[in-house]
Amino acid sequence: MASEEMEQLVRREYKDGFVTDIESDTLPPGLDENTIAFISNKKGEPEWMLEWRLDAYRQWLKMKEPSWAHLDYPPIDYQSISYFSAPKRPEDRPQSLDEVDPKLLETYEKLGIPLHERAALAGVAVDAVFDSVSVTTTFKKELGEAGVIFCSISEAIRDYPELIKQYLGTVVPVADNYFAALNSAVFTDGSFVFVPEGVTCPMELSTYFRINAANTGQFERTLIICESRAQVSYLEGCTAPMRDENQLHAAVVELVALDDAYIKYSTVQNWYPGDENGKGGIYNFVTKRGDCRGDRSRISWTQVETGSAITWKYPSCVLRGKDSIGEFYSVAVTNGRQQADTGTKMIHIGEGTRSYIVAKGISAGKSDQSYRGLVKIGPRAKGARNFTQCDSLLIGDKCGAHTFPYQEIGNSTATIEHEATTSKIGEDQLFYCQSRGISEEDAVSMIVNGFCKDVFQELPMEFAVEAEALLSVTLEGAVG
Amino acid sequence: MLQVNDLHVTVDGKEILKGLTLTIHAGEVHAIMGPNGAGKSTLSAVIAGKDGYEVTQGSVTFEGQDVLEMEIEERAQAGLLLGFQYPVEIPGVKNIYLLKAALNAQRVARGEAEMPAPEFMKLVKEKLGFMKMDASFLQRAVNEGFSGGEKKRNEILQMLVLQPKLAMLDEIDSGLDIDAMKVVADGVNSLRAEDRAILLVTHYQRLLDYIVPDKVHVLVDGRIVKSGDAELAKELEANGYEGIEESAA
Repeated sequence: MASEEMEQLVRREYKDGFVTDIESDTLPPGLDENTIAFISNKKGEPEWMLEWRLDAYRQWLKMKEPSWAHLDYPPIDYQSISYFSAPKRPEDRPQSLDEVDPKLLETYEKLGIPLHERAALAGVAVDAVFDSVSVTTTFKKELGEAGVIFCSISEAIRDYPELIKQYLGTVVPVADNYFAALNSAVFTDGSFVFVPEGVTCPMELSTYFRINAANTGQFERTLIICESRAQVSYLEGCTAPMRDENQLHAAVVELVALDDAYIKYSTVQNWYPGDENGKGGIYNFVTKRGDCRGDRSRISWTQVETGSAITWKYPSCVLRGKDSIGEFYSVAVTNGRQQADTGTKMIHIGEGTRSYIVAKGISAGKSDQSYRGLVKIGPRAKGARNFTQCDSLLIGDKCGAHTFPYQEIGNSTATIEHEATTSKIGEDQLFYCQSRGISEEDAVSMIVNGFCKDVFQELPMEFAVEAEALLSVTLEGAVG
Repeated sequence: MLQVNDLHVTVDGKEILKGLTLTIHAGEVHAIMGPNGAGKSTLSAVIAGKDGYEVTQGSVTFEGQDVLEMEIEERAQAGLLLGFQYPVEIPGVKNIYLLKAALNAQRVARGEAEMPAPEFMKLVKEKLGFMKMDASFLQRAVNEGFSGGEKKRNEILQMLVLQPKLAMLDEIDSGLDIDAMKVVADGVNSLRAEDRAILLVTHYQRLLDYIVPDKVHVLVDGRIVKSGDAELAKELEANGYEGIEESAA
């Protein structure tokens, strides 16, 4: 893609001129310290937060965009991006489902998205989305009674500054990597979850989020903290294909688990992958990291990645606490011209730490996919164990799958197991199913879902069902 | 029911079937026998629609339809079902799920409604019992970790559930001990019906002691060189294929 097209895609209307007028809601393209001051001001942030952002920005200026990933995309012009825009005004949005691309609606139908959620997902200007306000209020009440804080990151900065100061940037430091530094400087949205000592969050933090997912931002920032013996299951994303005019997405997610805490973080990502030539698709550069800070703590990442033109994502666990556990279950599907470089890092620091990695990659069309995984065992991590299973499935003969496993073992008592397979979706398997009367597309979806079963069973039930449907839709027309 | 006429088939440029003609009527059980490499498995594979087989001449019709023009799944939906010599493993896909998907795909293609779940479970359990298979089979992944005998039983189980009009069984006896063979033969015999035909492909006469065919055909070098009744199989057992080749020449 030529850079001027890229520019067009990311460029926002220059509406009200560059004034730090509180009434204006969209910034013109460009990034400098004024931009950051504008965002911070707009969000009503305290001075220390602005300083934090500016520090990140100054470090970002000195950093270089990483080029080690097995990805091919044109250079990104960071000055051509607008870093703040309020959600579209209702009058600018589609007024009813009749104005929405019928293809999008067809996909919602296939995925079985409930009718009342379709409008919200398609960006239709509906004020009362099936009572979302009252649903949200009910949730908030129940969570509040349990002592769980669940709010936007902006609210948290205003309302819980001590927690933010204590935890933000402690898992992913501002200058951790190029995209994390950029995010730290300009993030505008995201979630904050705090589960106090001994509390098991009374619900999966999902439905609420799904409804609001349609307005997720370009630079999301999520922070989840579980104190001792606390537990939470957090679901991010949505199976419905999401369109967004923002081509570049650079999110940061930080998880902190103290003694005996358990955080389960599930993602279904289905951003727009672009047209058949990959044009217009989302670039998704994500830094996700969990810190098992406490003894016997456990952090589990489960992800189903089907969308985006470019995916750069390595949800990781830092296993600091004694006997802490890190898990990574992943299904990544690429079709068309999609490229994905994804995997995980398991950093074993504490004694007796354990990690499990199950990564399933499915490549179809002309897509290219890499698994990149690091297992690092530190000198103090006595008796640490890792098990990695990494399977690739190819559909057709124009796609690619690559595996880059890295192991750094600093301790002779560690046990590392690695299993990897690459297989083509069997002509024999397809023929077997078809010769029973099952259509080719249904057969592909059946075989692929079987291949992913180990990961899907880690997903919360409602997500698992949707994920299966999603896979079928993503792979439509992949064979033949 | 099935009419194969002057069928020529090449695989990788090599001609395997060289003018095969065969007629099967409803209610009949046919056995095709022959030495290794004669083209026995090729015949059933071509009828089922497996990729990589090029038909250069001849025709296959089933109940008046041109089979060679049909998609693989359409052939199954029309009632042609192949039991595999080496059924493939499909990890992560439960046996019960495949059975249900296949049955309902066939029903829907015929314009019938999908079978309600309780009725389906009742049907499957009954057939499972008939094949002396444990219910745990249904929850296991398709053919994964199945012994040779279990795979063959599973093929017959599918036949019993799907109730094809023409069941083609490719070397269903290979690798079976005598007990398993009896169970498989009982399963096949239970399929015998006025409106159904069965095509057995086998190397050994042994199977035909348990499933007595109406017609036996000897396939040598891509052609049927001799046809007869069940007695022909016994003759083969005594004299081998060479004797037949000579007498046919």
